[in-house]
Amino acid sequence: MKRFFAAIVLGALSVPAPAQDAKKEIQKYQQMIAEGSPVELFELEGEALWKKPQGPNNVSLEKCDLGQGSGVLKGAYARLPRYFKDADRVMDLEARLLHCMTTLQGRGRDEATKRVFGNESQPSEMEYLSAYVAAQSRGMKLAPGTSHPREKEAFELGKALFFHRAGGWDMSCASCHGEEGKRIRMQDLPVLHKREFARPIMATWPAYRVSNSQFKTMQWRLNDCYRQMRYPEPKFASDATIALTTFLTVTAAGEPYRGPGTKR
Amino acid sequence: MRIGLFFALFAFPAVLLAQTPPDVQKVLQRDFNTRGQATMDRVVQDGVQRVCTESNDRPPAGLAKQMEADQLKTIAFPEGSLIGDWKNGERIAQSGRGLQWTDAAGAAGGGSCYNCHQLSPQETSHGTLGPSLLRFGATRGRGPEMQRYVYGKIYNAKAYNLCSQMPRLGYSGTLTSEQIKDLVGLLLDPASPVNK
Repeated sequence: MKRFFAAIVLGALSVPAPAQDAKKEIQKYQQMIAEGSPVELFELEGEALWKKPQGPNNVSLEKCDLGQGSGVLKGAYARLPRYFKDADRVMDLEARLLHCMTTLQGRGRDEATKRVFGNESQPSEMEYLSAYVAAQSRGMKLAPGTSHPREKEAFELGKALFFHRAGGWDMSCASCHGEEGKRIRMQDLPVLHKREFARPIMATWPAYRVSNSQFKTMQWRLNDCYRQMRYPEPKFASDATIALTTFLTVTAAGEPYRGPGTKR
Repeated sequence: MRIGLFFALFAFPAVLLAQTPPDVQKVLQRDFNTRGQATMDRVVQDGVQRVCTESNDRPPAGLAKQMEADQLKTIAFPEGSLIGDWKNGERIAQSGRGLQWTDAAGAAGGGSCYNCHQLSPQETSHGTLGPSLLRFGATRGRGPEMQRYVYGKIYNAKAYNLCSQMPRLGYSGTLTSEQIKDLVGLLLDPASPVNK
């Protein structure tokens, strides 16, 4: 599998393309990687984990309520993040999965979050489950919660976080994602507080990343941005991370979900 | 009187209805953790970060001038020529390491220059967040004033443009004085590929 992708990468990069052709080459490359993506394998593994009895209660996650009723998977991801009365907080997919692991399966939070980000040889449970759940929203419009006061609060906090400058390098999210037509190295930077840029991005997370052969969650995406922004580490599924995802998803609302995506 | 009435009718209710802005710093202190060298003191905004956040990167001119002067005082300019080894400077410009929780504390950092700037024409994988610096020295000269400007700008970019998106690479402890001199060499030395 890896050799196959390496061949594609080499094929795409071996063309000595002048700058004006580079964009076309990158698009061609993106199309190629999407066609040969192993996302389905992650979905299948996620389904097995969803149905596997685990924890002190020895039950599966099949009765987990992701917002559309106990065990309802269809369209659930497209309606996250949203406010959950039983937990009295706004939750994204990973926060809700964690909630079900601790309440249904009776697992401790420390055990359930011991390894939330996997690697190439061993993906994490959270990554497999995210792939499986998100895939059940394919074709459905992103419609995160926007009416509950706590959802409005999360949106406002996420927006404020997006423009907040701090950390070792004085950065906010907008330092890189605030101006149109910019890139880091060869990577185009989406202006994520604008609807037309947020839509295709939020419609394709979580995603498989070809460059490191790993399946990545939205929680990981934010974590790795903050690492590069020279901040300390955001706590997994914390209100700050959920607020940012709320801000980005509400900005992208209406876009049909077409993930889990495949990225460079 | 009319103005007073206006405020009574419109402004006062507007104040009552306005949402209190979220206290982001408190949220960061609650929801982030120290990891490796990325410690929690980094979420406490300094004056520059606070003013730039609050003004949406458009600080009042007078305040900006005063704060830029304060930032300039943080720069300790070394004696003599500031033009170091451009070959080493090229390596520093390529490296994106430093200050992250995945970087070893105390290990040499990089400037991440190519992430945002074009420098040597041989390196085609360069970002565009900052201006192109191609032929920087060839077009601007390499006298003592230009050396001081380039050294100072890399050491503390906020001394020249308060809300610049460029990190304060010397002030933040990302680069050493010797490394910054090597970057000055990369930009100003006539032998550097930047100026060829």
